[in-house]
Amino acid sequence: MWGSMFRWLDPYAKPETLYHLCGRWLPYLMTLAIATLLLGNIWGLAFSPPDYQQGDSYRIIYIHVPSAIWSMGAYSSMAIAAFIGLVWQIRVAQWAVLAIAPIGAVYTAIALITGAAWGKPMWGTWWVWDARLTSELVLLFLYLGVIALSGAFSEAARGIKVASLLAIVGVVNLPIIHYSVEWWNTLHQGATITKFAKPSIDPSMLWPLLISLLGLALLLAALTCLRLRSQILIFEQHRPWVRQLVEQQHEEQS
Amino acid sequence: MSIILAAEALSCVRQDRVLFENLSFQLSAGQVLYIQGKNGAGKSSLLRLLAGLTLPEDGRILFRGKPLSEQAEVFAEHLLFIGHHSGIHPQLTALQNLAFWAAISEQAVADPYQLLGSLGLAGLEDIPCFMLSAGQQRRVSLARLWFSSQLLWILDEPFTSLDQQLIAKLEQHFLQHLAKGGVIVLTSHQHLAAEYPALQAIELEYRW
Amino acid sequence: MVMWRALVQRELQLLGRQKADWLNPLVFFLLVLSLFPLGIGPEPGMLKQIAPGLVWIAALLSVLLSAERLFKDDYRYGVIEQLVARRQGLFSYVTAKICCHWLSTGVPLVLVSPLIAVLLGLDWQSWQVLLVTLLLGTPVLSLLSVLGAALTMAADKGGILQALIILPLYIPLLIFASGAMEAAATALPYTGQLAVLVAFLLFALALVPLAVRQALRMNVG
Repeated sequence: MWGSMFRWLDPYAKPETLYHLCGRWLPYLMTLAIATLLLGNIWGLAFSPPDYQQGDSYRIIYIHVPSAIWSMGAYSSMAIAAFIGLVWQIRVAQWAVLAIAPIGAVYTAIALITGAAWGKPMWGTWWVWDARLTSELVLLFLYLGVIALSGAFSEAARGIKVASLLAIVGVVNLPIIHYSVEWWNTLHQGATITKFAKPSIDPSMLWPLLISLLGLALLLAALTCLRLRSQILIFEQHRPWVRQLVEQQHEEQS
Repeated sequence: MSIILAAEALSCVRQDRVLFENLSFQLSAGQVLYIQGKNGAGKSSLLRLLAGLTLPEDGRILFRGKPLSEQAEVFAEHLLFIGHHSGIHPQLTALQNLAFWAAISEQAVADPYQLLGSLGLAGLEDIPCFMLSAGQQRRVSLARLWFSSQLLWILDEPFTSLDQQLIAKLEQHFLQHLAKGGVIVLTSHQHLAAEYPALQAIELEYRW
Repeated sequence: MVMWRALVQRELQLLGRQKADWLNPLVFFLLVLSLFPLGIGPEPGMLKQIAPGLVWIAALLSVLLSAERLFKDDYRYGVIEQLVARRQGLFSYVTAKICCHWLSTGVPLVLVSPLIAVLLGLDWQSWQVLLVTLLLGTPVLSLLSVLGAALTMAADKGGILQALIILPLYIPLLIFASGAMEAAATALPYTGQLAVLVAFLLFALALVPLAVRQALRMNVG
């Protein structure tokens, strides 16, 4: 059943087709990503009104929240790619795992750093063992584990498969980790830190946030295309079509 | 004659190096496939492909006319694979190693002492294998061939570090297996001494 | 069942021959526990307060240490490769490995728990809870460590990598196991935490052996 349902996707599982497809999408995705990010951030940083409680320091939200959301979004897409790659033995999906992992790790790191920078004026300290921050930190470790594992084998194809399996194990564990940390946090910290209440956010603040959110998603897609293209080239370098491509480009340059 | 194992246009890539391309053969009951080639030419990689451990870059492998990927369990049941490493844990004795492999293949060894004795290991059954020589360890590993009922044997360098007498005994055992309709795929640096009916040989070239 | 018994027997024979495999982690566990009072100070009140986290971090480190070499020998001598080709016995092999790993590292920790209680000044009640959390938690610890060992079996570098992989997965166990002990120390109900530990154990029992089998296949494939 599954086989026939997704038959129309088959051509895209062919590395060569996917390489060219990514190449065609990349400029559009990248341009759109940069445009929306500029729009969202400039609007958010310069034109939206200051918060009645936090003043201007809340503006980091336009970077922090989108990167935090897409750090998890990237992990889910990575795990989905890993699942497809392992169950149906589709190699491009396995390579996509490797393409997404570092991007997701950087998003996570951005979320952590901006979270800490936000914490300083709000909570008076760079780091608190807040449930969300802790979960985000664990997410970073999961990413680092996947990246380290994929690079630890002399035979690269083997490393990617094993790292894909770890990504799936991680996604099964992620909710457990998240709720454990939340439970632990309420037990330990309780009322000492009250996060600023988020009542209905004003549309003038919400729109730039949504646009930034879209921008980082587009950037994730664009960077994934970019990285996936180079992964495909690396793993297919012995194939005739890659050689042809290289010769073509060489001729064009000279 | 029924074709047991067939390869269609196999190619194999390891570490970005193409080991072989477009390799095909057909093996019927009672046939030997003898794979030759220099070190690094891809003999072991071919055996691992045939044993279903790795997937070919291109091409497919058929067992009794059906692709391996569709009947992995059935194929594994009929397969006895002894790889480049012997599968003998040096901390265990010959008897313990034998018992382990017998349990895995769910076969009982009627008289392990007699079997090991016939392979020239009399008196060495109860000492850990790391105290045995390389040739003796190889014998412990090959002892499996005497109590297994699998149809297809895939053996990586079975003759390594064996003496002439034991090689002759092993080849005699191969002939018996073939006479019963079995199929053997093996690699070796040395030439086969016995006369095999319908032997097929493949020579793998070392390629860059 | 006959096969499984033979496989367990083989693991026990190996443990009998390689005693350092299970003695070293136990010694390491006690060593780490005795370092803490030396570093932090011997006040009984303080030790009692940090005991839950301490015991569980030391347990993690020692179990992790013991698991590192779990599959290395069998991989090096070609046993795993032939098991994967054989297909049938692989799952029994995995479960036998997990059982024997717990028997050789988890059970000793349970057995030395009275000694831990004495070292850290735990009372009777706290020791009982420690015992229960160890009984429920060390099998999960074994399962996770075996998974880490299986994932990194053919990797060029083991140790630290395995820790990096397993530590995040281990966090929930750490939270609830030490949570139960803390609750008991302050005379709060702790059955909820124990129930969560049971849930973790069942969940890990159901999924980890399958993941380990898959990891072994990938490592030779």
